[in-house]
Amino acid sequence: MNKKVLMRGSQVIGEAAARAGCRFYAGYPITPQNELTEYMAEAMDRFEDGTFVQAESEIAAVNMVIGASMAGARAMTSSSSPGMSLKQEGISYLAAQELPAVIVNTMRGGPGLGNIAPSQGDYFQATRGGGHGDYRTIVLAPASGQELADLTRTAFEYADKYRTPVLILGDGMMGQMMEPVVLPDPVNINKLSPKSWILDGATERPSRIILSLLLNPSKQEELNWKLMRKYETISREVTKAETYQTSDAHLVVVAYGTAARIAKGAVKRVREMGLKVGLLRPVTLWPFPEHAMRELSRHVKDFLVFEMSMGQMVEDVKLALEGRSDVHFYGRPGGSISTPDEIAKAINTIYHRKHLEED
Amino acid sequence: MLKKVFQKPKYLKKAAFHYCPGCGHSIIHRLIAEVLEELDIGEITIGVPPAGCAVLAYDYMDVDMGEAPHGRGAAVATGIKRTLPDKIVFSYQGDGDIAAIGTAETIHAANRGENVTVFFVNNGCYGMTGGQMAPTTLIGQDSTTTPGGRNVARDAAPIDLSEMLAIANGSVYIERTAVNSPKNIRRTKRAITKAFKVQMAKRGFSLVEILSPCPVNWKMSPVDAAKRIDDVMTKIFPLKVIKDEIGEID
Amino acid sequence: MAKRKGKITIDSELCKGCYLCISFCPENLITISDELNQKGYYPAEFIEKDGKEGDIKCTGCATCALVCPDVAIEVYRE
Repeated sequence: MNKKVLMRGSQVIGEAAARAGCRFYAGYPITPQNELTEYMAEAMDRFEDGTFVQAESEIAAVNMVIGASMAGARAMTSSSSPGMSLKQEGISYLAAQELPAVIVNTMRGGPGLGNIAPSQGDYFQATRGGGHGDYRTIVLAPASGQELADLTRTAFEYADKYRTPVLILGDGMMGQMMEPVVLPDPVNINKLSPKSWILDGATERPSRIILSLLLNPSKQEELNWKLMRKYETISREVTKAETYQTSDAHLVVVAYGTAARIAKGAVKRVREMGLKVGLLRPVTLWPFPEHAMRELSRHVKDFLVFEMSMGQMVEDVKLALEGRSDVHFYGRPGGSISTPDEIAKAINTIYHRKHLEED
Repeated sequence: MLKKVFQKPKYLKKAAFHYCPGCGHSIIHRLIAEVLEELDIGEITIGVPPAGCAVLAYDYMDVDMGEAPHGRGAAVATGIKRTLPDKIVFSYQGDGDIAAIGTAETIHAANRGENVTVFFVNNGCYGMTGGQMAPTTLIGQDSTTTPGGRNVARDAAPIDLSEMLAIANGSVYIERTAVNSPKNIRRTKRAITKAFKVQMAKRGFSLVEILSPCPVNWKMSPVDAAKRIDDVMTKIFPLKVIKDEIGEID
Repeated sequence: MAKRKGKITIDSELCKGCYLCISFCPENLITISDELNQKGYYPAEFIEKDGKEGDIKCTGCATCALVCPDVAIEVYRE
């Protein structure tokens, strides 16, 4: 049984990545995720076949990941909001070329240069493509140190299994906090399934091509249908959400990541006051847990979405519910962090306005 | 008794080239294929084609090839080479790919001394997109985005990327050649050979800039376009060894 | 001292009629055909393709093949 260690969030991701078989990391310094880049500089050095490159830009970094992935490595890059904007082109190519890769976004205040405080303003960018074209990326939203470790490991597995880029969406708070964590056992990369499509030199086999240019419209269409079928499979197999005290709830708060931790504190507080409130915490933001939401809407007629943004995931909640229940929103954008009391107040207001104290 | 002394090399696929009549790309593809065969490295080579007319290079060169986004060839090649250091990795890029949108990636790969080989095909215009100005379009040269000809005040002067890369710490061999005449084609082949040998010996970053004719966008016949390289282009982009820290190499 | 004799074959369907081989052949042994190929080009044609043994001027220097962008030429030499 592994013992618990106390580690900073960004470093947990780094250590978990190294143990998950990550052997290529390229990144560029940007607050508040520098601890991850720095950790990888040391971690990749441990392995003879590990590579760390401090790239000249976030663009170069994601393109190096494209190359490393083509060559068969478990590859990762990371950044924070403004740097993630630079990576969107690369992510589109990773998706189109069906290359596995893990990309970590430690979100900060925006838009523009913004600030270095935590925020959740990149939900659209993460789940709506961000780059050009018809593609999706798996988006994982850890909400604790342990999830940072577990979901990093999962990210590499999904990336390889589905041949797709996987985003880990954290925020500045998550990157800095220290919690006891049980780190996963290191993976034996020699035992991983060999990849039959990589570019490692056409020795005793026909040469291979990895491309995304498909000038023939029917070939382009065919690729898009293929990707869609893959995404449907992923949706069936990967969707995950955590529910807390929802079975008898009259109102359910929906939140992810750090916002979900704050919301959980708020839910506990209002439960003590007798309000029947629960929490739905999506762990996969794409695929979005629509089914779990619709199930809840059978008995829950009011959802309160709390995000550290002007409201992005709230749209997915509304789409999932298709009008079955009312959707309320409470948001604090721009890097300010709400307290559980603040959210409890918001819950209270809606609860009583909608007369939810009556059964 | 006649024996065959010249035919399509092994590492070129059977496909007919889509390039315009007189275009230099396929000459360069052929030379690379010949050199890969002569050095017996075709089976361990991975190439990175550009965005540009040669985006379809993978239809012609029979080696593993992985497409890079426009300009990012040097970064993608870095990722491949760092992961598979014993394989031969080359990037094949046009002037826009390498010296406009990809300048940062190229300079930094050279500065880091990435042990890759870059082929910089310089035809002084953006061919695939229809003849717009390129970083290497000459002053006075007509293009679709420089009406009246490129002029310094509006369009700046052409960029000497190979000379800039010579300043970079990690670049060890940079040569400029051309494929417009038999003599220059032979010279290009020798440069390609040397560049790959530099990589095989793990000596650092090598680059061959190859002046190549673009008859359609220069609005000339192929024969005249070939002449233009000698008469006009080499005045601004002289054919020479720009950097050589290697000397003779086996 | 006789020069070595050679000959070339030009794949008229690959040829794009760019004239480079014609302009560089040191013996002027290539001309343009007056029959279009499938792609709509007038391809190059080896003058000595039906040549008699004694009249052969081609030395198989392969300059034409060297400059041909379409790898349309194969060269034979003694």
